[in-house]
Amino acid sequence: MPVLLLLVGLPLVGALVVGILPKKRPELVFPVSLGASTASLAVALYVLWEFEAGTPALQFIEDLRFSTILDMGWRVGVDGISLFMVVLTAILFPISIAASRSVTDRVKTYMILMLVLEAGVLGVFVALDLLLFFAFFEIVLVPMFMLIRLWGSDNRRYASMKFVLFTAAGSAFLLASIIGLAVMTGAQIGTLASFDIRNVLAIQLSGTAQLLLFLGFAIAFAIKVPLFPFHTWLADAHTEAPTAGSVILAGVLLKMGTYGLLRFNLTLFPEAAVRMAPYLAILGVIGIVYGAAVAIVQPDVKRLIAYSSVSHMGFIVLGMFAFTTQSLQGSVFQMISHGLTTGALFLLVGMIYDRTHTRKIADYGGLATVMPVYAGLFLFAAFASAGLPGLSGFVGEFTILVGSYLSFPVMAIVAGSGVILAAIYLLWAYERVFTGATNPKIEGLKDLDFRELAIMAPLVVLIIGIGVYPKPVMDRVEPSVELILDRIESATTYQVPLVGRSSAVVDIEYGEFDVHEGGEG
Amino acid sequence: MTVTVTWYLVLAAALFSMGAAGVLIRRNALIMFMSIELMLNSVNLTFVAVSKHLGLIEGQVAALFVMVIAAAEVTVGLAIIVAIFRFRSSANVDELSELRG
Amino acid sequence: MTDFLWLLVALPLAGAALNLILGKRIGEPRSGWFGFGLIAISFVIGFGASLGFFAGTSNPQTIYLFSWIPAVGADAAILWDPLSALLTMIVTGVGALIHLYSIGYMHGDDRYPRFFAFLNLFIASMMILVLASNFAVMFVGWELVGLSSYLLISFWFTKPEAAAAGKKAFVVNRIGDWGFLVALMLIFMTFGTFDFRTIFENAPAMFGVGAGTITAITLLLFVGAAGKSAQIPLYVWLPDAMEGPTPVSALIHAATMVTAGVFMMARSAVLFELAPVSAGVVAVVGTLTALLAAVIAVAQTDIKRVLAYSTISQLGYMVLGIGVGAYAAGVFHLTTHAMFKALLFLGAGSVIHALANQQDMRKMGALRKAMPITFITMAAAWLAISGMFPFSGFWSKDEVLAAAFARGGAWLILYVIGLGVALITAFYMTRLFAMTFLGSSRWDEGVTPHESPRTMTVPLVVLGLGTVFLGLFNTPARHAFEHFLEPAFSGVEQVEGLSIGLISTLAVVAVIVAIVGIIIGLRRYNTEVLPDETGAFWRRALAAFGVDDLYGRFLVAPGKAVADWWASVVDPKVVDGAVHGIAKGAIGGGERARAVQSGQVRWYAAVVAIGAVALVVFLLVLGGGF
Repeated sequence: MPVLLLLVGLPLVGALVVGILPKKRPELVFPVSLGASTASLAVALYVLWEFEAGTPALQFIEDLRFSTILDMGWRVGVDGISLFMVVLTAILFPISIAASRSVTDRVKTYMILMLVLEAGVLGVFVALDLLLFFAFFEIVLVPMFMLIRLWGSDNRRYASMKFVLFTAAGSAFLLASIIGLAVMTGAQIGTLASFDIRNVLAIQLSGTAQLLLFLGFAIAFAIKVPLFPFHTWLADAHTEAPTAGSVILAGVLLKMGTYGLLRFNLTLFPEAAVRMAPYLAILGVIGIVYGAAVAIVQPDVKRLIAYSSVSHMGFIVLGMFAFTTQSLQGSVFQMISHGLTTGALFLLVGMIYDRTHTRKIADYGGLATVMPVYAGLFLFAAFASAGLPGLSGFVGEFTILVGSYLSFPVMAIVAGSGVILAAIYLLWAYERVFTGATNPKIEGLKDLDFRELAIMAPLVVLIIGIGVYPKPVMDRVEPSVELILDRIESATTYQVPLVGRSSAVVDIEYGEFDVHEGGEG
Repeated sequence: MTVTVTWYLVLAAALFSMGAAGVLIRRNALIMFMSIELMLNSVNLTFVAVSKHLGLIEGQVAALFVMVIAAAEVTVGLAIIVAIFRFRSSANVDELSELRG
Repeated sequence: MTDFLWLLVALPLAGAALNLILGKRIGEPRSGWFGFGLIAISFVIGFGASLGFFAGTSNPQTIYLFSWIPAVGADAAILWDPLSALLTMIVTGVGALIHLYSIGYMHGDDRYPRFFAFLNLFIASMMILVLASNFAVMFVGWELVGLSSYLLISFWFTKPEAAAAGKKAFVVNRIGDWGFLVALMLIFMTFGTFDFRTIFENAPAMFGVGAGTITAITLLLFVGAAGKSAQIPLYVWLPDAMEGPTPVSALIHAATMVTAGVFMMARSAVLFELAPVSAGVVAVVGTLTALLAAVIAVAQTDIKRVLAYSTISQLGYMVLGIGVGAYAAGVFHLTTHAMFKALLFLGAGSVIHALANQQDMRKMGALRKAMPITFITMAAAWLAISGMFPFSGFWSKDEVLAAAFARGGAWLILYVIGLGVALITAFYMTRLFAMTFLGSSRWDEGVTPHESPRTMTVPLVVLGLGTVFLGLFNTPARHAFEHFLEPAFSGVEQVEGLSIGLISTLAVVAVIVAIVGIIIGLRRYNTEVLPDETGAFWRRALAAFGVDDLYGRFLVAPGKAVADWWASVVDPKVVDGAVHGIAKGAIGGGERARAVQSGQVRWYAAVVAIGAVALVVFLLVLGGGF
């Protein structure tokens, strides 16, 4: 059974069904959309369940070649890294759709766009064919643009255009690099081109070629991440997008960038990756501190969360280019965690925005008295985002920092200060919005209803769940990142630092110990 | 005196130049259109002549392609010209600059 | 019993979750009794599991629970040795009493169940910290107690001061946590694990005394400890933390959480032994903190702020104990301090409660008659903290000072300062005691003080008994406490004991100092009219020498200015400016290029023709033909 085709196809089928629903039955639009994305989630969970842990091999491979001469086609599969990206996407979409109840304008179009967007993002994460990857990477752009443009707030024209131009600029480099790479691969295996990533992996590239291709890919992904200094589209797009748009944008779209870096830049161009690693890691660290500092003084809640994303994504990039098992695992984990925590924060901001239609921090004050449950959830999400242990954010950041220190000690120390800044911007925002005397303007707001609690519940459970017991995730990610490190070590002279491989971590014995034997007595 | 391939090529070149001159000089859309046809057919002539000369079939195939395209082009082009003429009662291309950048 | 140790974390956590979700249904006072019950059970479990250590029959052990982050070898596991057993008993024991006390104290609060949920959460976090068998899990507890502390300080969040104080506590703690975090990174790089046992067993073999790596690790750990245990320069959050309800101040900001730094350093004793430079820094900072906080405490008028600065000062003693290598003495002072300081806070809470939330000591006085139980128990605590023989504080403080004295040389300076601090302590505690219970009544009109309800006085009495008798466990004659802790410090050489004669001399000196302080205090404050305290010294000390303002002016304000500058200039003008510049360039270029697109078909055709001709010429001239 072509499971992944089903995974990507179900939302598209859903979009089609929504499209042909009779105009007279508008009440069907919402359940059909939710149903389609939930069905896709079911498939994703099936993949998660059936996924064999402990191996870096690609699984659920589907290979249908469209063109022999170009060697391109429907080639998909998942490994430990993409697995969780798929699951994260599949979880966040039904939630975002459920959170879109407040959309009343052109609901049908809205839902179609959401479902197409879901298919596109899922496609990005499963594609094993460079051209297919690129196609999905670009497909995502269109519905996202429309969502911001048609359902965004005041400054939506500027924001949507900025989003598209930035991403398209990166895509130009990406496409050129992909074609170049495919042609070089084709030349070595005797076809005009080859877009199959497994063929691409097998070829030898000269140092210069690697470096150029690396940069081409890196620019596209750095814009998507976004890495400092390519981040300015993010604040505008996040802020102006409708709630679901922000959730998806921060939750999964940014991950397409880091996923791309991991899947292509690190895997395909090990030599160039080793050469460029310090520079990218520095950009990551600058992003951590800069994003966090700028977030502190933002007057707008959504903008604040947007800049906090810049900071958190910096951690991921730092971990990625530190080339240790710990830092890479941490990066992948942080991608999941950031999707959950930032998604939760944007959902919460959306819920209050539906009530008050303002995002300005100054318009609030003392909200915790009026909406205690909401305040509790917001504080939970804020602490999860600030990396409080026991919640998912800590596991990711801690593992990244410990792993990165092995390669870049100074950068890891500077990055660690992001933890302080995160506490400052989140708690200060919380203080101004929720505590103190109640602002008369927000008196009498209703606390969260059952639907809103139901939307938040899965995120809360997951944030705690993988924060307390991250092992199932880590176990599946580990072989895949170890494989990347193996490739880097075998292709270059680079050596992973001493304890930077999981095999080097000391085994611990447990049980009683007699203190009088070992010590001085 | 045998008619070598050169004669055909010279004829084709002459036809092409006439066509090109027509496109550049005339202002009437219909006449420009006919000039374009002239250019296309001069190319066809080249294709067929060279094809015969080299004994390869591809040139004739290409000529067929060109004819099909020309036919399609005429259909669309004439329709547009007629539409424009109806709208403005003139076929002077210098007056048409709606697509100015 | 050790099989049930995981319940020490699970029970309070369950209590927190239940009270948080179902608290409204459980209602007052049942949610309080429920929370108290769980902590009491935890105490019983902890006490039961410690019996083997009392008897000297058990060995320390580690208990594996589950694998947490496999990549860094961090397992959720328990290290059960006398040190963690002791802290477990302090945390759950004092914790249970304070839960009991809060049942009465928090009576009538709108969010009564929520308060107990947070208190339970704190106990759970503290147990994670105490029971951790590796640095990573300890850090989890470390941060979670910070969270609980934040929640409880800003419990009355409608007061802006409370909300700000909670945030300040969390942020300042996180600055310390940064140091701890960097220490963790360095530890992992050095040892490839976070496990205490593995590290402490290997460290002496891997490094000689004074090794740079260990010095760096221990100094960074001390940065973390300075945050949590309120040492210079990170102590500023603790006085503000008094905005929280008084039981919170007693439990978290006096008895338990603030001692986490001392506990952590005692736990890492092996490493501090290898780093004499770090130990010296620790000792000096501890002494200076003790001195500074004591001087500030002298001038405070808010009863809780006196106690807050006194806590900082006493923490300084504990840190000094760690620094001079008298780990058991430091931990002993931690233990006695947990008793008498919790008692002082609860007593202060009882007073505040009786005077309708009056915290200003200038409006108290003569409460001796109205509140006999509070008076007597507070008296015990007052004498204990002042270092009077034979109360618990005397034994533990003396132990620390004796250890400093025993090191000789330059350490004698620390001993002298420590002794001076003891004098100041006796003085300001007498001031507090006299202004509250003795002299004339200066209550606000309409206030009629009354003794507190039973749930509040019972904990006072229990803690009072501890305050009086706990010290007798560890006298120079009978080191029961040190023997108890010995297995936890097996790899560490304790400071050599002094001769009984010398110890007695030191003790007599200490008692004389205490008596002098008390007499000065009583003469000055046990009067009808309070002395005038508006002079320059009093004003400066009352304002804590403006350290907060200095931080505000030289750290917070510039930091915010930089952030502002980045957000309002760099980001929109420079980074986005570059983006807009590129966009403008593209638009400008387009404006010029648009002239080419005249819309004239014949113009286009001409360009094409010229281009074709140019191409042909180019190929003919340069390409040498087709």
